Amino acid sequence: MSNQQIVSPLPGIFYRRPAPDQPPFKEVGDAVSVGNVIGLIEVMKSFHEVKSDRAGTIAQFLVDNEDAVMAGQPLVDLND
Amino acid sequence: MGIRVISPGLATSVQDLGRPGYYHLGIPISGGMDRYALRCANLLVGNAENAAVLEAVFLGPEIEFTRNATVSVTGANLPPKVDGDIREGWTSFDIKKGQVLSFEYLQAGARAYIAISGGIDVPVVLGSRSLYGLGALGGFNGRTLQAGDEIGIGEKSGNSLAARSVPATLRRMPGSPAELRVISGIYWHRITEEAKANFFEDTWRVASEADRIGYRFQKGRPLSFIDRKQPFGAGSDPSNIVDSCYPYGSIQVPGGTEPIVLHRDAVSGGGYCMIGTVISADMDYIGQLQPNMEVNFVEVDLDTALAVRHERNSGLQQVREIE
Repeated sequence: MSNQQIVSPLPGIFYRRPAPDQPPFKEVGDAVSVGNVIGLIEVMKSFHEVKSDRAGTIAQFLVDNEDAVMAGQPLVDLND
Repeated sequence: MGIRVISPGLATSVQDLGRPGYYHLGIPISGGMDRYALRCANLLVGNAENAAVLEAVFLGPEIEFTRNATVSVTGANLPPKVDGDIREGWTSFDIKKGQVLSFEYLQAGARAYIAISGGIDVPVVLGSRSLYGLGALGGFNGRTLQAGDEIGIGEKSGNSLAARSVPATLRRMPGSPAELRVISGIYWHRITEEAKANFFEDTWRVASEADRIGYRFQKGRPLSFIDRKQPFGAGSDPSNIVDSCYPYGSIQVPGGTEPIVLHRDAVSGGGYCMIGTVISADMDYIGQLQPNMEVNFVEVDLDTALAVRHERNSGLQQVREIE
């Protein structure tokens, strides 16, 4: 059951990959632990890592790569 | 000493009302992007309106106080917390030595102004404590805050002024979509009639690059320029001119595609034609726009711009009279 979310700390553009030619940080089904990077937010000409503040398994991504996101917007559903 | 930075936020900087007088030498005016909110924050804690505060953008810092102080947070809705307990925005509150100020996620707006009684005490450089980041000038050590910074606070005057509040009607924030009022500029004649109409008709969105230097807008239709032979000294793109001075608030459209409104840390000159200028009373609103927010440009005349400035100033006068 999905009962946890990772939210964006910042408004900006969400990226799932560290660079265009590299694989995504995380895929659905991957385990995350506290401090794992799950994506990047681009704002004010720089990139900021989004780190998980909880542990779990990624159930789904709630936004697409390169979507605009708002601060506090859920990015990922986590299963325990 | 007065505060110790536990975590700095995204790009938290020391700002006052700015550094006018050196723009012709290429040193921008700097200062808070939302000057109204900055003044209100200072008034709420009994500071001079021009005292230095912290400008936090999108993400709040976490700060330990090493002495007692009165604090207020205005501008963006970035809810402050003292030792984890929520405090109201636009309202002064006391913090005791050893307590920690932190923030919830941003709810609305973009930049919060954190005023501390006594003011942030960093050296005055060319008449201001404001940080100009690109020039490593002013602010705390010429840069945005970092974890571990220990920053002085000036002597506070008088007693605690906690629980003073700016009424909701005087908390100025942009609407949605935001309306930015514009006076057409000296290069307005360079774009076609169709482009002039489209510029005001289209709904633009804030680009993620928008920062203290300038706010870029996208998603409107590209502007077409009237054909001409480019004069000597101008670049080859039709949006180029022979280099000229850039006013604060001026709107340039490189390549005719994405308008940029120059803000507090802008360059002072260059070779893009300026189709207009955002009126001074609406420049504060730009400082509160998040990426991807919708914006409409609205054409006004100078009389309207002056009337709106007057209205904004009388709101400020009401805040000055709050007991």
